[in-house]
Amino acid sequence: MASSEEDGAPEAGGDREAPRRRRRLGSLATAWLTFYNVAMTAGWLVLAIAMVRFYMEKGTHRGLYKSIQKTLKFFQTFALLEIVHCLIGIVPTSVLVTGVQVSSRIFMVWLVTHSIKPIQNEESVVLFLVSWTVTEITRYSFYTFSLLNHLPYFIKWARYNFFIILYPVGVAGELLTIYAALPYVKKTGMFSIRLPNKYNVSFDYYYFLLITMASYIPLFPQLYFHMLRQRRKVLHGEAVVEKDE
Amino acid sequence: MKHYEVEILDAKTREKLCFLDKVEPQATIAEIKNLFTKTHPQWYPARQSLRLDPKGKSLKDEDILQKLPVGTTATLYFRDLGAQISWVTVFLTEYAGPLFIYLLFYFRVPFLYGHKYDFTSSRHSVVHLACICHSFHYVKRLLETLFVHRFSHGTMPLRNIFKNCTYYWGFAAWMAYYINHPLYTPPTYGAQQVKLALAIFVICQLGNFSIHMALRDLRPAGSKTRKIPYPTKNPFTWLFLLVSCPNYTYEVGSWIGFAIMTQCLPVALFSLVGFTQMTIWAKGKHRSYLKEFRDYPPLRMPIVPFLL
Repeated sequence: MASSEEDGAPEAGGDREAPRRRRRLGSLATAWLTFYNVAMTAGWLVLAIAMVRFYMEKGTHRGLYKSIQKTLKFFQTFALLEIVHCLIGIVPTSVLVTGVQVSSRIFMVWLVTHSIKPIQNEESVVLFLVSWTVTEITRYSFYTFSLLNHLPYFIKWARYNFFIILYPVGVAGELLTIYAALPYVKKTGMFSIRLPNKYNVSFDYYYFLLITMASYIPLFPQLYFHMLRQRRKVLHGEAVVEKDE
Repeated sequence: MKHYEVEILDAKTREKLCFLDKVEPQATIAEIKNLFTKTHPQWYPARQSLRLDPKGKSLKDEDILQKLPVGTTATLYFRDLGAQISWVTVFLTEYAGPLFIYLLFYFRVPFLYGHKYDFTSSRHSVVHLACICHSFHYVKRLLETLFVHRFSHGTMPLRNIFKNCTYYWGFAAWMAYYINHPLYTPPTYGAQQVKLALAIFVICQLGNFSIHMALRDLRPAGSKTRKIPYPTKNPFTWLFLLVSCPNYTYEVGSWIGFAIMTQCLPVALFSLVGFTQMTIWAKGKHRSYLKEFRDYPPLRMPIVPFLL
């Protein structure tokens, strides 16, 4: 959820160069972050190419997830490091915001798509995979070039314009996928604990998923409008009067 | 006697909001706030933050105009803190909720559990004991709010009451649901476990209360003085030798006791979240003590002896 103290973008990496003076990073931190962002750009590019090749060869989305799942899981899970980057301060974004972002991706990959096999061939999966892939390639190349101090305008343009379509498309894909998973979760009672048990707790994954879907309603607009504000600031140099806390 | 002139500017827009002339040099910030309210009645003193620098720290109500680093025409910057609510009101509301909510589950009021359980009573003695402990805890908190605590600040931002009540009431409902559930499972080690837990709980409740009394006695009524707390004759206060905020230490201890007593995971989670928050507060308090008092006892840790 958008943090109140931080002005940083909701995604990890922080992009405060336009209005503010850039933080001085040690050379080790710069080297590591450059390597990290290059690697992630490459990883998601590989994913994109694999997805395109699959569709060109098979002509269908069925089996697409299965064919790219290892690569997806590897690179998306690796993104947990971004929380550490914020924690140790080499990236100026709030830990909480980054944590929420990465956690929602980990949730989608591991707790929904990986665990609920019957929905892996739904079209909605392709929808969010495409959205994530384009978003991440743009985002990580943006960070890479920023770190190298050679940011081509079109990358900046892409980073602050693509989301306008990609964000809602991705959200739609995620929500439709969770919705498709609901009947299977209810039927199997997976990931759930019932009473009685010796720890006197219960958990119903079905209701948890419903609550998660509902939480998109307050969360998505906040993140979306935050990105829109960032876009106005970065691309059009508008002075943004921050809301008082 | 030379009078001061005070101009108050908006900290963000630098707009001139108020000009006060013929202000006594001995006037306090509190008095200036009252004068400012006269021209802007929507900004009552509790929601005013006045500072010397737009980005600086707030001046205290007790600060005296003459003693501030200002010329005879003083410029103060104003920031609106937003709607305020008194600490007492917030505490009473956030503590009354859990007391009441837990009892709703204890008495199995309709619509909480299946209809066949309405107004039935648990057959486990630990469930009754847990209700007594939980209720005692919140009654204690309410009474302390009314008669013991001496608050440094009168008010806090209004939105805090929604945040705080969600936390306290939400967790109270969550743990009360399981402890009073018809399918509740009593502790694995039976009466032994319950007795040990009760002992921990009682000791920590007494400890927490002792610390609250000791802190109260540090500060005369109506004042806002701050002093280093020291152990008194009461053995429970000897924990001051090892920690800055033994009230938080005892509070965590009480909830750990309650968790062992009920063997209920939501209680353990509540204890963990509470511990995290209290650790943040204790570290802040510890830092303030260190900054304010040169002779602060070096052995003390913020909340956990020797560790944290």
